[in-house]
Amino acid sequence: MNEQFNISASPHIRAKDSTGSIMMWVIIALLPTTLFGIWNFRDQNAWILVVVTVAAAVLTEFIYEKLMHKKVTISDFSAAVTGLLLALNLPPSAPWWMGVLGSVFAILVVKQLFGGLGQNFMNPALAARCFLLISFTGRMTSFTYDGITGATPLATMRADGSIANVDTMNMFIGQIPGTIGETSTIAIMIGAIILLLKGIIDLRIPGTYLVTFVIFITIFGGHGFDWQFITAHLCGGGIMLGAWFMATDYVTSPITKKGQIIYGILLGVLTGLFRLFGGSAEGVSYAIIISNILVPLIEKVTLPKPFGKGGEK
Amino acid sequence: MNKCGERLYNGIIKENPTFVMMLGMCPTLAVTTSAINGIGMGLSTAVVLVLSNMLISMLRKIIPDSVRIPAFIVVVASFVTIVQFLMEGFVPSLYSALGLYIPLIVVNCIILGRAESYASKNPVLPSIFDGLGMGLGFTFGLTCIGIVRELIGAGKVFGIQIMPESYEPITIFILAPGAFIVLAVLVAARNQIMDSMEKKGKKVTRPQGGCAEGGCASCGGCGSAAKDPDKE
Repeated sequence: MNEQFNISASPHIRAKDSTGSIMMWVIIALLPTTLFGIWNFRDQNAWILVVVTVAAAVLTEFIYEKLMHKKVTISDFSAAVTGLLLALNLPPSAPWWMGVLGSVFAILVVKQLFGGLGQNFMNPALAARCFLLISFTGRMTSFTYDGITGATPLATMRADGSIANVDTMNMFIGQIPGTIGETSTIAIMIGAIILLLKGIIDLRIPGTYLVTFVIFITIFGGHGFDWQFITAHLCGGGIMLGAWFMATDYVTSPITKKGQIIYGILLGVLTGLFRLFGGSAEGVSYAIIISNILVPLIEKVTLPKPFGKGGEK
Repeated sequence: MNKCGERLYNGIIKENPTFVMMLGMCPTLAVTTSAINGIGMGLSTAVVLVLSNMLISMLRKIIPDSVRIPAFIVVVASFVTIVQFLMEGFVPSLYSALGLYIPLIVVNCIILGRAESYASKNPVLPSIFDGLGMGLGFTFGLTCIGIVRELIGAGKVFGIQIMPESYEPITIFILAPGAFIVLAVLVAARNQIMDSMEKKGKKVTRPQGGCAEGGCASCGGCGSAAKDPDKE
């Protein structure tokens, strides 16, 4: 991947960034939420699932590239990031083989069969999550926290139609049932700030995503401009993890600035639609992969004209 | 008789409608949720294909060129109606499983394609064998997809439990996305086998030219398929 860009003649300003270093920073930024998730779900041994899923992702990439006589690219950590993101999207009670199956699907089908890193048409981790969600709906939507199997705050809100039974502070800190990595808003925000400071992501996609989503649920949520309701929706479910870490994936988000704004708005509207009017309480992963598929169209529309071309005659 | 054998080989292997020509994708993707559905759909299509090829070949000198497509459709639709009533009478379970896709055999592009490109230009006997070959090729393709999808998605083959009790079926394979994944993997596997056979020095007959060269038997060299879709 790195070699693809070193093609033209000198002189150039060379940045030290490489795929490997960017992916390394993403892993570092994911560490707070990973560690929190492992601690939060320690009674269900969440660390085993995380380790197995990441290992399976890296191993799948290694074996496939060996068998196909391709250059082995596990050292750029992209497979590890995919595996880690997938693990963070699994409920802690998921059996280890589900992590392995999801990793193999993510790396083999979504990433490698389409040509490896940079060629995948949707986010591999989320595609694998949806694959598992459709196949094993029961296991993927059963959440246990502190020994009690219960509904996630989002599902509770949906069932009650009110926010009476959820504790927004717990949702912010993360002591709620959910997938391994999505519960703690504060841990995700620490990681997001690391990425923002390093310049690896910018505010355009997550910013427009979250703002659009807030506007959408204010208009259609039935609670008006109710801070409690909005905060509960922002801290519950996968929207934070999705907005900061998965919608911003370089490969599957638009490269044009206008396109990124459109993409963010699309994500916000879709997530709002799925959450408020859809069949289940959560809809972030479907919103992101549907928007991923639309990215080529968005880029086609927003491609800037080169200087001197087009315009009025 | 040699020509008849060649037509069978052509339909089942060389120009297999499912894996090579990619025709009839709508029933292929929709009904192959189990092996028995695949075989049922394939065989009913094969019956219609043989009969319609036969009749159209007989009538090829009578049907005026300008109204041939409506004439073909009338012939095909009559046979589909017969097959539909027979299935409803004798295999009602399969009939209800295939549902809407039985009447849709009328517009199956394999049948119309064979009528247009082969039966309307050739004598009766080769046309029958052409229909038989294509029909069996279609049945083979659908059954393969059905077996794989049923095995992974339900742990069974032809309704018989194959996987151990502890196996948890990956339900997505009997839903729509699974059809696309299985079809793609089987096509890739077929191409891989063909390539490795060619490398070993065995003579592999390929369909004469792809559609890009306008030589594909079913598109009849109309030339429109050869256009580059990116050029506007």
